[in-house]
Amino acid sequence: MTLVAGVVAVQGDVSEHADAVRRAGRAHGEDVEVREIRESGLVPDCDLLLVPGGESTTISRLLHEEGIATEIVAHVEAGKPMLATCAGLIVTSRDAKDDRVDTLDLVDVSVDRNAFGRQKDSFEAPLDVEGLDEPFPAVFIRAPVIDEVGDDVAVLATWDDRPVAVRDGPVVATSFHPELTPDVRVHRLAFFAADEADPLAR
Amino acid sequence: MTEETDLEELKRGTELVKRGFARMQKGGVIMDVVNEEQAKIAEECGAVAVMALEAVPADIRKRGGVARMADPADVADIVDSVSIPVMGKSRIGHRKEAEILQAVGVDMIDESEVLTPADDAYHIDKREFTAPFVCGARNLGEALRRIDEGAAMIRTKGEAGTGDVNQAVHHQRTIKGAIRQLEGMNWEEREKWAREHEAPKDLVHETAEMGRLPVVNFAAGGIATPADAALMMHHECDGIFVGSGIFGAENPREMGTAIVQAVNNWDDPETLADIASNLGKSMKGDANVDLPEEEKMQGRGV
Repeated sequence: MTLVAGVVAVQGDVSEHADAVRRAGRAHGEDVEVREIRESGLVPDCDLLLVPGGESTTISRLLHEEGIATEIVAHVEAGKPMLATCAGLIVTSRDAKDDRVDTLDLVDVSVDRNAFGRQKDSFEAPLDVEGLDEPFPAVFIRAPVIDEVGDDVAVLATWDDRPVAVRDGPVVATSFHPELTPDVRVHRLAFFAADEADPLAR
Repeated sequence: MTEETDLEELKRGTELVKRGFARMQKGGVIMDVVNEEQAKIAEECGAVAVMALEAVPADIRKRGGVARMADPADVADIVDSVSIPVMGKSRIGHRKEAEILQAVGVDMIDESEVLTPADDAYHIDKREFTAPFVCGARNLGEALRRIDEGAAMIRTKGEAGTGDVNQAVHHQRTIKGAIRQLEGMNWEEREKWAREHEAPKDLVHETAEMGRLPVVNFAAGGIATPADAALMMHHECDGIFVGSGIFGAENPREMGTAIVQAVNNWDDPETLADIASNLGKSMKGDANVDLPEEEKMQGRGV
């Protein structure tokens, strides 16, 4: 069976996520067909969903204008898996504490936008992630910090004592960009290994 | 959860981090602004970043004289006024302007032919900067030389401040056409191409194998309408810079919003028709064909 993966493509690093989810599927023996989501009507056919990095103000605005926002909410409410990275985390969070971003309230966390600083403070570093044996090469670009974490949210990774990767039901969300390196383990964790990785499901 | 993340292994300003920043801009519109008020409007329109300038290219053209980096205090005010990334322009080869912009905290530096070049032979060695750079290019050789110097993003030069998209199209077609040629060549033909075009060999091979530039490729220089923006996306650009086209238009807010929407809907003519309707006058501009050679900015810094 071929899985359909929708990559939200209104803005951001779309092709990187498309490549990563295809490779993660292959590593797991699954065929993945990628569809770019730039308009409404496509999300309901997707098994998996990815919300990429980019600018959260732009992505949030276009998701609502194009009528994609409500479809993403329905996807997650139906229990289907989603991976959201950086701007994707901000847009899908409960609260970004910023009225320039109209969040979807799908991940029960509040975030501080750009709290790791401006581009000069952006960094890469090896990161320990719950469910992965070896550290993950994490790239943080003007990254958000996860502030408050809801009761049903599992923290998968922290950096400098701050949560940077979480799982909330079918959603995995990260402050960093697992799509920027060839390592697809976070994509596998989000889509193909949920039972083993989710401490709440164990 | 393991608690032993090693803070000492943190690395800033790497090629991955700098090129990664550029990748986050893809599918977006970067708008020229000259003050905080314009920056906020650009952010509300959905811009992915703003370029902080003293004057937009159309006004630089009219004014004449030496065009330099903007006042750092004005750039800092713009940095503080918006949540999206802020870019600043340095003169070609002016390392100190670039260092000052980096110190002010801009997220990307544009080593730009729109300003008066400070060095007639060399560009800035961009590799040692923490801030990523974007540079203009008219052809593939120029683009690969800039990437070799450390540029994390390439934009077509076009002809800035004219409102005429002709040269942006020409430069983008030239770059893409050369990549298609390279894809059809064998190893020794690519080596010869690299020598003839003064392009670094490793980057020539890498580009040929990837079938695209190894960094993000935006369009710039003369984009003035939603249809122009859609045209550049059709020519396989990763995103758009709009200079004088937003705040030189009759209704900047409407024009800015429409150009952002046009980039997302570039291959949907019916939606584009709605987006492009009732926007008021776009910038007047100057046709490229009427421009004397000495007034063209694109030949600066090759």
